[in-house]
Amino acid sequence: MADFNITDSIDITDVNCPITFVKAKIALEELDDGDILSIKLNDGEPVQNVPKSIKEEGHKVLSLSDNGDGTFELIVQKVGD
Amino acid sequence: MAFTNEQIERYSRHIILKEVGAKGQKKLLNAKVLVIGAGGLGAPVAMYLAAAGIGTIGIADADEVDLSNLQRQIIHQTKDVGKPKVQSAKETMEAMNPDVKVITYHEFITSENILDIIKDYDFIIDGTDNFPAKFLINDACVMAKKPFSHAGIIRFQGQLMTYVPGQGPCYRCVFKEPPPKDAVPTCKQAGVIGAMGGVIGSLQAMEAVKYILGVGDLLTGYLLTYDALKMQFRKVKLPSDTHSCAVCGDNPTITELIDYEQAECDGVGL
Repeated sequence: MADFNITDSIDITDVNCPITFVKAKIALEELDDGDILSIKLNDGEPVQNVPKSIKEEGHKVLSLSDNGDGTFELIVQKVGD
Repeated sequence: MAFTNEQIERYSRHIILKEVGAKGQKKLLNAKVLVIGAGGLGAPVAMYLAAAGIGTIGIADADEVDLSNLQRQIIHQTKDVGKPKVQSAKETMEAMNPDVKVITYHEFITSENILDIIKDYDFIIDGTDNFPAKFLINDACVMAKKPFSHAGIIRFQGQLMTYVPGQGPCYRCVFKEPPPKDAVPTCKQAGVIGAMGGVIGSLQAMEAVKYILGVGDLLTGYLLTYDALKMQFRKVKLPSDTHSCAVCGDNPTITELIDYEQAECDGVGL
């Protein structure tokens, strides 16, 4: 996995959709253009929906990696302010 | 201000929207909206504003809840009959959403008090049932440079328009002055179908929310009319020339607020 200069990280493994995306969206809104957010999320519905919704908002998904324990790490770059 | 987990969940369907987001929801929580009239229109407006998390809601009405109000004024319940409408409305809004601070004005809006009441608000809702109040609200909002939503309902018909200073005609541009007393029946005399307040009031709440968020096109420069029996909405373009208006025009002749005489049968909250 490439190294990213991560600005902030959040864990959304304790909530269900759509609160997962809502929490990711709130975290992204607090960042500046170009900042990078690391998101820890669960396999299943979150992994299927959250990256897609973030892309629809216009942000860039840089990577998605399997942590091997039923969770994933999603790296997103904020686009726009 | 950071959201609590409860707020994230409560407002999740707003925050998900591209046009709202966390920033928009914070705008709503910081906004102040005044609802004049806690009746057929004011009830749904106040309830949708409270549910949306408008942080400060003012509600003005001099009346008490009457049994005949309950067919349409859904913010009040049977147990509230006899209670000041503003008190009943406050209790409902606070029960709906603890984020909302409700300020009550248990008084008639007059030329003496209106400017002082509206000065702290970002947006005003005219949910009144009589022409003197409608002209007073219009003139005061023009003078104080406040945006507001006008609406009126009677029988199976409703109408609304939005005024934003400098962005189109005011209510007086369109309706020069109140009709003669008793020329137009009030809803007490004429009746009104209960859900009409819901249709038109919800549209007023939508205009207030859009104004606060700064999204979309407002109903400025248009009058939207609704005929429930024909199930017909019409969006009528209003003349854009406001220069000659007696209150918002270039050389206004109305420079002081007027308390028009109210028809004797008026005074029951629509």
